[in-house]
Amino acid sequence: MNIKRNLLIALAIVVCFLLQTTVFKALSFNGISPNLLIVLTVGIALMYGRKCGILTGFFSGLLIDMYFGTALCFYALIYMYIGYINGFFNRIFFEDDLKLPIMLITASDLVFGIVCYTLLYLLRGRFHFDYYFLHIILPEIAYTIVTGIFLYPLLLLIHNRSIRENKGSMSID
Amino acid sequence: MKNRRNKSTKFTLPSKYLLLILTAVCVMLMAITFLTDFPSTPVSNLFGFVIMPFETGISRVGVYLNDRTEELAQIRELLEENKRLKEEIDALTIENNALQQDKYELNSLRELYKLDEQYEDYEKVGARVIAKNAGNWFGSFVIDKGSNDGIAVDMNVMAGSGLVGRVTEVGKNWAKVISVIDDNSNVSSMILSTEDRLIVSGDLMTMNQRGSITFSQLVLGEGNTVSVGDKVVTSYISDKYLPGILIGYISEVNGDSNNLTQSGYITPAVDFAHMEEVLVVMNLKEQIDEKEAKAED
Repeated sequence: MNIKRNLLIALAIVVCFLLQTTVFKALSFNGISPNLLIVLTVGIALMYGRKCGILTGFFSGLLIDMYFGTALCFYALIYMYIGYINGFFNRIFFEDDLKLPIMLITASDLVFGIVCYTLLYLLRGRFHFDYYFLHIILPEIAYTIVTGIFLYPLLLLIHNRSIRENKGSMSID
Repeated sequence: MKNRRNKSTKFTLPSKYLLLILTAVCVMLMAITFLTDFPSTPVSNLFGFVIMPFETGISRVGVYLNDRTEELAQIRELLEENKRLKEEIDALTIENNALQQDKYELNSLRELYKLDEQYEDYEKVGARVIAKNAGNWFGSFVIDKGSNDGIAVDMNVMAGSGLVGRVTEVGKNWAKVISVIDDNSNVSSMILSTEDRLIVSGDLMTMNQRGSITFSQLVLGEGNTVSVGDKVVTSYISDKYLPGILIGYISEVNGDSNNLTQSGYITPAVDFAHMEEVLVVMNLKEQIDEKEAKAED
């Protein structure tokens, strides 16, 4: 059952990556598209804990690195730490609570945006943080939250199914 | 079932250590890709075969959805726009007459005609844009042609009559293109009429704010002037870009405080927001082979 769950997560990563780089790019508002992989990383970390969060984040980032990164493992590192930190909230995870995941997605995307700005823009002498914050980071967070509201329940469906199967197999044991 | 369980308890690794190990791996790989020419393409090629077919299909769905939403928005605006356009036609007719009398405009049109003829010499291959950069920070994208179709790194990419960018990475059936509006992009170029050289740099902020990218280090030759609307093309001294490809038009010129150079803004000739198909120029800028040069020494 663990393998099945991991396969589902891997599939979710690939699907999210594909959607993020194609459909949502076509549906972008003013050049801004949502960060589905953040939603996925936060969701998985919240449901299954730190280790799952680390691995989901790592592979999500790696996929971006391979196609769009300038240095391999740059995004992998950021997503991995986001997964790890969100994994701590696994303890206070309740299925029907939508407030916590939305808050975590917001915070994670904010951190992601600021880290990206600092490492990729600030270091090259682009100092207008206020501009980038208002026109890139904030819109991305808003759009990500909106898609997260729809995507997160889908992740919950996978989660609930695997839990049910888990219980079934445990009773066999 | 029991076996697997035992195994998983045996190999359980605390998440702290997993994080540490993966961090070390990441830092190492980052250092390797930064410091050496280690290409990430072999790894991505593996995924390319699996993911690219999906990407091609899905991006078509995306384009379809985009078209439909735009159509919906357009229907509402159409009536309004129609009225406005009729008024504009009158204004434009007057303006057009004035323009036709303008001799400079005629000259520049002739130059553009020459430019088009020049492009015809280049062998070009059409490709479809199938994926765009996952983040919102950079303007690179992926096209659906790769080394199987003869595409190589550093080939120039155009759309319509303007320069889009160049190929930076090639897989078997895909290639990554960095566009001239990408924040990391710098292109050595020149003003078409005077051949004064300048550097065109992509800039996310100005691209978002005013739809233009920046240029700098323009040194004007004696007696030369530059004005708004001048064409900027790739220069002869660029080692990646073929000469004479239109990049855009100057939209603003400012003198630098050193009184020697000038900088300002350029409006790109390509509509980057609605770019679905591009042309890859199959001719590569000829390079002096460093190894051969050394051997001759």
